[in-house]
Amino acid sequence: MQLAVNIAVLASIYALISCGYVLIYRVSRVLSLAHGELMMLGAYGLYATASLFSGQPLVAVAAALALSLLVGVLVYVALMWRMTGESVLAAVLATIALGILLRGAMILMFGTQTRHPLEELGWTNASIEVGDDARISGVGLALVLATTVCYGLLFAFLRMTRWGIRMRAAGQNPLLAAQRGIGLHVIYALAWGLATLTGGLAGMLIASDAGLESTMVVIGLKAFPAALVGGLDSLAGALLGSLVIATAEVLMVYYVDPLLSDVVPFFILLAMLVVRPWGFFGSREELDRV
Amino acid sequence: MSVPRASGYFRTRYERDFALLDTRTRKASLAAFAVMLVVYPFFAGPLAMDLANQVLLGAIGAIALMLLTGYAGQISLGHAGLLAAGAFATGILYKELGAPFWVTLPASAMVGAALGLIFGLPSLRLRGLYLAVSTLALHFIVIYLGSEYETKRGFSTGILIDPPGIGEWTVYDPRAWYFVLLIAAAATVLFSLNLLRSKTGRAWRAIHGREAVAGALGISVHRAKLTAFVVSSVLTSVAGCLFAYFRGFVSVEAFSLFLTIQYVAMVIIGGMGSILGAILGTVFVTLFPYFIEWLMDAFGLTDALSSVVFAVNYSAFGLAMVLFLVFEPQGLVGIWRRMQAWLLLWPFKQKPLAGAK
Repeated sequence: MQLAVNIAVLASIYALISCGYVLIYRVSRVLSLAHGELMMLGAYGLYATASLFSGQPLVAVAAALALSLLVGVLVYVALMWRMTGESVLAAVLATIALGILLRGAMILMFGTQTRHPLEELGWTNASIEVGDDARISGVGLALVLATTVCYGLLFAFLRMTRWGIRMRAAGQNPLLAAQRGIGLHVIYALAWGLATLTGGLAGMLIASDAGLESTMVVIGLKAFPAALVGGLDSLAGALLGSLVIATAEVLMVYYVDPLLSDVVPFFILLAMLVVRPWGFFGSREELDRV
Repeated sequence: MSVPRASGYFRTRYERDFALLDTRTRKASLAAFAVMLVVYPFFAGPLAMDLANQVLLGAIGAIALMLLTGYAGQISLGHAGLLAAGAFATGILYKELGAPFWVTLPASAMVGAALGLIFGLPSLRLRGLYLAVSTLALHFIVIYLGSEYETKRGFSTGILIDPPGIGEWTVYDPRAWYFVLLIAAAATVLFSLNLLRSKTGRAWRAIHGREAVAGALGISVHRAKLTAFVVSSVLTSVAGCLFAYFRGFVSVEAFSLFLTIQYVAMVIIGGMGSILGAILGTVFVTLFPYFIEWLMDAFGLTDALSSVVFAVNYSAFGLAMVLFLVFEPQGLVGIWRRMQAWLLLWPFKQKPLAGAK
């Protein structure tokens, strides 16, 4: 039972992070390897707003989320739009370089010690009993809920709203979309903003649970196989992929060897690349387009 | 191959076109450069010696990556994994069997070849991004195997390796290392240049250009890709073996993802598709942290930032990489070529007509 709870929490973490990879890739065909760092930046944003708006935790959280959205848009405006039309490698490397830059800047600004944004907010991480013999932390529960809400909203946004449909159109065929009067730069900036928002939210929640330190970047990187296993351009795929990766990871760590935790996602990734490179729900022709 | 740069010099035979060195000026300048390299250790201080050794060691790995990415067009993010494989093969053979370096060096090369084959297999099906990701996954697996060995055998802090040697004579002194590494790096450059003007190298450039056309021209795309991976991995593993002996110490911490990024940065900053670029990029990336430290000294910031030097380095490195990607995608070698052209044409350079490219 405890294992099932652990799987659910880990799967929600991966799902919340990997939807950022999927959003950016689906819309602009760029793989963002700075996602882990952007996530961490979101968490530091919460830490900063928590001390700024002390006593008003909800305002602090809202401000931190708005900050994440803004950072995502800024990343696109400042760097990534220059990379449109460059080769895949150049764009990926630009995100890697951005990640290094951000990591250095964050250490410069916030130091290396572990932070606890939850304490700054004045909340405690209660432990809740589930069933007879399992426990889930309050933040863990929040993670599961946040992931559900995020995915629900994203599906609704992409299916039903005007901007969501524009976003899908831009992802399917940028040239046609542009000819129909869709401003690609606005759409791409929005995708980056949304991806950073969800990533930042994930970062904030993880930091609230386990403390805020530089190992968070590794979690960001481990969520990437989840996105790819499900299919890099499919949100539903990301959800399924996260579940698969989280299940495998929790079981392997529990039954075989804790050291495996960092490699299991990549083993599954490799296996998937050999058998079905486009993932569970990804579209097949993507492979030739990259 | 290259465009002749001297006036009054015409290539009239194919051999001249294939020659690595064509004009007398080039031969003379290369000879002067070689002499400089040989006498360098007799004038350099300890820090300069160490820097030169680092550059020479890095250059081998960077050239290997350049062959793969810059020429054959296969993206790899598993470079640190391959270096680690070479270093660990050396470390394990030394620790378990006490093997001397003339056993560990070929053994590392063999491990590299085998891994290159494994790293290369996904490339037969995958392209671009997906290939990069699969090599990234392999990097994590190699590192995992290394750390597993370390913990299982109780070397959790790393494996210590004695300096290599033949009989009484051991390579320990930085100056001795300089010559060993210089010979290794020079051999790598020569090997790569020769390979690139042979059939293999031309096949690599063809599959870089367009795979379908290369296939139509009768090039076995699969074989060309696999040879690119194998050759590059063998060179990288040998570099890893030298790295292990040079440091006298092997540990998984040394082979983080950041090392891969540094090597990729060498190739990018140096300039794609040029051996000279790989070398220039290595010099840049290796000297960059020292340059930043010097800058911090010059501005009197060392005391204020002493606890976060590595963070400053990190962010400056990221910034430099971003700037190169955005403003100088051709890298240092592009700047070098423009400077050469400027010097050659000066003072007769004309501005191109408006609109003409």
